[in-house]
Amino acid sequence: MRNKAKQQDIGERIKNFSEVSCGYSNDQARLETERCLLCKEPLCVKGCPVGIDIPSFIRLLRENKPEEALRKIKEKNNLPAVCGRVCPQEDQCEGRCILNKKNIPINIGALERYASDYGKQSAVGSQQSAKKNNLKIAVVGSGPAGLTAAADLAKMGFLVTLFESLHSAGGVLSYGIPEFRLPKKIVAEELGYIQGLGVEIKTDILIGKTFSLNELFEKGYRAVFLGLGAGLPQFLGIPGENLDRVYSANEFLTRINLMKAYKFPEYKTPINIGKKIAVIGAGNVAFDSARCALRLGCEVSIVYRRTETEMPARIEEIENAQEEGVHLQLLTQPLRILGDDKGFVRGLECQKMKLGEPDASGRKRPLPLKDSDFVLDVDTVIVAIGQTPNPLLGKAESRIKVNPQGTIFVDENLMTSIPGVFAGGDIVTGADTVIAAMGAGKKAALAIDNYLKNQVKSAS
Amino acid sequence: MFKIIEKTNLAPQIKKIVVEAGEIARKARPGQFVVIVSKESSERIPLTIADLNPQEGTITLIFQEIGFSTRELGLLGPGDSIQHILGPLGQPTDIENFGTVICVGGGVGIAEIYPVVKAMKKAGNRVLGIIGARKESLIILKEELRELCDEFFITTDDGSLGKKGLVTDILQDLFTSVEKSTHTLYPNRVYAVGPVVMMQAVSNLTKMYNIKTIVSLNPIMVDATGMCGSCRVSVGGKVVFGCVDGPEFDGHQVDFEELKKRLNSFKEKEDSL
Repeated sequence: MRNKAKQQDIGERIKNFSEVSCGYSNDQARLETERCLLCKEPLCVKGCPVGIDIPSFIRLLRENKPEEALRKIKEKNNLPAVCGRVCPQEDQCEGRCILNKKNIPINIGALERYASDYGKQSAVGSQQSAKKNNLKIAVVGSGPAGLTAAADLAKMGFLVTLFESLHSAGGVLSYGIPEFRLPKKIVAEELGYIQGLGVEIKTDILIGKTFSLNELFEKGYRAVFLGLGAGLPQFLGIPGENLDRVYSANEFLTRINLMKAYKFPEYKTPINIGKKIAVIGAGNVAFDSARCALRLGCEVSIVYRRTETEMPARIEEIENAQEEGVHLQLLTQPLRILGDDKGFVRGLECQKMKLGEPDASGRKRPLPLKDSDFVLDVDTVIVAIGQTPNPLLGKAESRIKVNPQGTIFVDENLMTSIPGVFAGGDIVTGADTVIAAMGAGKKAALAIDNYLKNQVKSAS
Repeated sequence: MFKIIEKTNLAPQIKKIVVEAGEIARKARPGQFVVIVSKESSERIPLTIADLNPQEGTITLIFQEIGFSTRELGLLGPGDSIQHILGPLGQPTDIENFGTVICVGGGVGIAEIYPVVKAMKKAGNRVLGIIGARKESLIILKEELRELCDEFFITTDDGSLGKKGLVTDILQDLFTSVEKSTHTLYPNRVYAVGPVVMMQAVSNLTKMYNIKTIVSLNPIMVDATGMCGSCRVSVGGKVVFGCVDGPEFDGHQVDFEELKKRLNSFKEKEDSL
């Protein structure tokens, strides 16, 4: 049987922002490792975007060596405590596990988290740094892509400075993913590890505004990695979206996670919500928003134009949200947000949908049902239908080639149209997962290393 | 950490601070702003850069204590530090030799026209300044502006300084005198910063005379880098972000009624602090 980590009681957890999953106990971890077949040709590793040697770390855990297991993971993954918590394992490592044939894949995510939570006492990693080579690299954006690139480059011996525009580092790990799914203490520990590798983190600097890319090169940086993320919130373009108490998920989550509005008035950033909230969208960001709103004492509906099967969010988050009491308002398309005379939301006009033939995305296309309009009784609306790449740097630096969909153009080595400037993560792919961005950060670190080696070669 | 090296009370509840922020001072241009976080627990709030000294590496911020966060900032004095300052943000003011430019400042907005007046003058414009406030004690920077402007007018609601009335009264007088005169010309551009109602009134008036008018908006922001959309405003029927597309927009295109409502989004919460 697949071992599920213990969770905070539902009745309790909907009243707090503490982590929902309590993680494995020692016994649970041991039982789960004993189920692993330790395949000679493991499929799980192929499913991991950063290629963690999963059977080896599971074997080390089975031998009760969490420090060594963590060291094994950190050979490939600089943020295991994060990935163990937020990766969509069902689509990656666990999705490839041979035991899926019996419907009982190894709970690799929970084991990764266990290894990082129990193995972190020792000073793993600091000994991994290579001799410093005195070549300076600037990494822009401290989200998963930037952190990974920075850590890998530091391990290779480069002098890395990580620039972050917000006042706290971590990117989406800090402003986006809520405390109950990814405690900020864990993020701080991972940041501490990366600083321990010699990476200098500079907050409050917006590249493109505070410094241009040229100025970075003038300051002696030999290469730049752009991990800018998918920061531009999408709106529906329906009437009423500028009413008060209509939030982009980015704003709602940033207020709550980064600015800690859930601790208002101890923290001074407010969030103004009513009693009944509609969250439009069904990805992880939508579910994060919904579950934050629930914890702030609201009745919450996820409004989605397809059905549960098509939802892009992690299965665990959908299950958790439903257990916690989030209502799924399926096959429903918002048409208009209704406002009162003071400019606040008083309802969401919707129409019912049915599913037709699959569309370009492979998902069944939602089609409107005639004369099915109705008004959802809500006083707050959160729009969580996706983010597109952050356009700020592309606008500030005309030499950066930007694709029509807003992503930054890169070649097969992740180099942009400016020599020595690389990019990866959501800014290149559009909104994707934490681990995919980390994979890009790894690839970019190798590409930067190669690029600079070639430069040195051609110079001598 | 950004050290405050000077602090002056310009008027009741209006304070001026000079802050060490070398990189920003080196880079900022008129019309741009910074986001500050006074303490780790504070809000992120946008403030226009009122002046800067690239040599000394300082920027000047002038703010009115209107809510909790500005009051909290007002408690800091010389030697204290502001935890975080990000900038320069937003698009700089479009500065060129337009001919005649009228700069209108209301309340603490007077501080925001100061760098623009300076730059417009330097670009070779004939600059007319009109500033207004409720009463004399709330009029700031009048000597600095008087010195820069070719013509300079002050209004107060109660008549305690300058002409009794609103800045738009002076503006209307100027337009009327142009109408009656054969040799003076309409201004080529109006630049207005102040309370939303003032910017709206100025824009309504200049629209009748078809004079291009730039206003600097102050919507609510969080990150101020284009990520949250809190600052969205409707301009010419399109939704734009004040932080990255602005803060300056064509006053004839701005939906001021919507902006007023959006500025009240958090009022109840903020008043509770």
